[in-house]
Amino acid sequence: MTTLLQSLLIALRALRVNKMRALLTMLGIIIGIAAVIAMVAIGAGASKMISDQISSIGSNLLLVLPGSITSGGMRSGSGAIITLTYDDAKAIKAECPSVGQAAPTVRGSGPVVYGNQNWTTVINGVTPEMLLVREWPIESGRNLLQSDVDGAAKNCLIGQTVAENLFGSADPIGKIIRIRKIPFTVIGLLAHKGQTPQGQDQDDVIYVPISTAQRKLLGSQFPNSVGAIMIQAKSAEVLSKAEEEVTELLKQRHRVGPTREIDFTVRNLTEILAVSEQSSKVMSMLLGAVASISLVVGGIGIMNIMLVSVTERTREIGIRVAIGAKRRDIMLQFLTEAVLLTTLGGIVGILVGIAGAALVANLVGWPTLVSINTVAIAFAFSAGVGVFFGFYPARKAAALNPIDALRYE
Amino acid sequence: MREVVRLEEVRKVYLMGEERVEALKGVSFSVGEGEFVAIMGASGSGKSTCMNTLGCLDTPTSGRYLLEGTEVGTLSHNELAEIRNRRLGFVFQGFNLLPRTTARENVELPLVYGRVPAAQRRERALQALARVGLSGREGHYSNQLSGGQQQRVAIARALVNEPAIILADEPTGNLDTRTTVEIMALFQELNRQGITIIMVTHEPDVAAFTTRHIVFRDGAIVSDLANPAPVRAVPKTEAA
Repeated sequence: MTTLLQSLLIALRALRVNKMRALLTMLGIIIGIAAVIAMVAIGAGASKMISDQISSIGSNLLLVLPGSITSGGMRSGSGAIITLTYDDAKAIKAECPSVGQAAPTVRGSGPVVYGNQNWTTVINGVTPEMLLVREWPIESGRNLLQSDVDGAAKNCLIGQTVAENLFGSADPIGKIIRIRKIPFTVIGLLAHKGQTPQGQDQDDVIYVPISTAQRKLLGSQFPNSVGAIMIQAKSAEVLSKAEEEVTELLKQRHRVGPTREIDFTVRNLTEILAVSEQSSKVMSMLLGAVASISLVVGGIGIMNIMLVSVTERTREIGIRVAIGAKRRDIMLQFLTEAVLLTTLGGIVGILVGIAGAALVANLVGWPTLVSINTVAIAFAFSAGVGVFFGFYPARKAAALNPIDALRYE
Repeated sequence: MREVVRLEEVRKVYLMGEERVEALKGVSFSVGEGEFVAIMGASGSGKSTCMNTLGCLDTPTSGRYLLEGTEVGTLSHNELAEIRNRRLGFVFQGFNLLPRTTARENVELPLVYGRVPAAQRRERALQALARVGLSGREGHYSNQLSGGQQQRVAIARALVNEPAIILADEPTGNLDTRTTVEIMALFQELNRQGITIIMVTHEPDVAAFTTRHIVFRDGAIVSDLANPAPVRAVPKTEAA
């Protein structure tokens, strides 16, 4: 311990003697570490934003959409014809063991009026399960009930954006709004949800019972049809199993065979979003990798200066060896000096990097995230750079022949 | 008289490229405790090689070197470092103090490598500095001291570990005549206190202060004579 302390004191003195040189050498490490910290912070911020958005949609989700059918050689686009029914949704929930919830939905849009305010928004006909599937809490009021669906009640849930535009800051619960001129009672206000990864405002929405939407609001040509079925698997592990089960069940129900094409699509939402999260992680790793190149360049600078320092202090090394310094004493001395340079640079670099990330967040508005882990790794890395690039010069110093070293002018 | 140093048929061969250079061609002599020996000779005579061997900075190609009865030639790097640290004290021609370091810290250096605790280091360094007449200058940096004072610091550093011998390589080579006499007076004083000193010099004037002259030529000893009446070094002024 004494020797380590001694080496530290010697190293501090050596750095003090060449302040400017030490600072310039450190600058390489400072820039390298700061770049790594800032780049990783930006990357981590982006991936956190995406993963927040993913969890805002709900987890372990499958989406069943009506498919296309071929008629007279023309393939109409997906959703062009209504093939999914409310009964399909019920059957999926009842017969697929890996499915937790199945929430059918019909979708339309239209003007909503309250007093002298109006707003055009998305109107979704849903069952009470929808909020479970979307993992969407209610801020005030209550969820729709099965009895609302059974009785085609004129009750509705509204999203935050709708509430803001119609009611401002007033409490919407219990108020009567007119959706497509039909009066509905607001029974619940949905909690804030934010944007989808595609940039849609999820809070700009009204939920009404699916039966009410089908019969009174959207006026479908097939009374029992639904626009989509949202399915939540029981867990992430059985997600792909659930996908198979649902596909199999719907094939049977829709009598898909040699003469009939598959008329629905099952999409794995979570998987699609996970891909975008993955790509943002890869992006942040790339940013970090590019930034760490500058750290390597900084390390080479350290090595260069340490080699100069060894040459300059050849005579000093000779004296130390002559009066009893062992090779490892000399080695430790120069390694300590290199590590001291890089860790000091590392600390300053971490501070500069955090400041830089904060600046980016403020000026450009990108989300940034500096984690303790990143800081710890960056610090360890800067020390590691010192050991790695200080090793060769230190070994060179320790291997000097004392006779030559003493004679060195 | 106890034997401190014993060389037996010591040879040292260097390879300078293709050429074999025989720096020492079978040198034998021994030095007893309390002797003050001058090793003399022209440059290239082998006296420096002999000194490096005595100083455990170099190991002989063949032959034996016993330091206080210990065979030194076969020791490892670390063991040699320990011997240099504990049993030998070096004084060089160029003073060789560490720059930007105080006198006390320079003297403490061997103790640092000897793993001596800080408080004890300080005390022993101050004692050694007092012994060479530098009390009160412990905190001076190397560049604030005169050549003679720097050499005194170097001698204090050599003394601080109570070594078996002090090896001095042209210790007065960079000093003027007056300071030379001062330093030689200090060596004579230390020798009177019982310290064995081996000194390399090419100046007969300086050798005259010692009690024994060993002369080298072409890697071999040509004469080894006692100097029964060494000149007494009397400094012209009080210690600077």
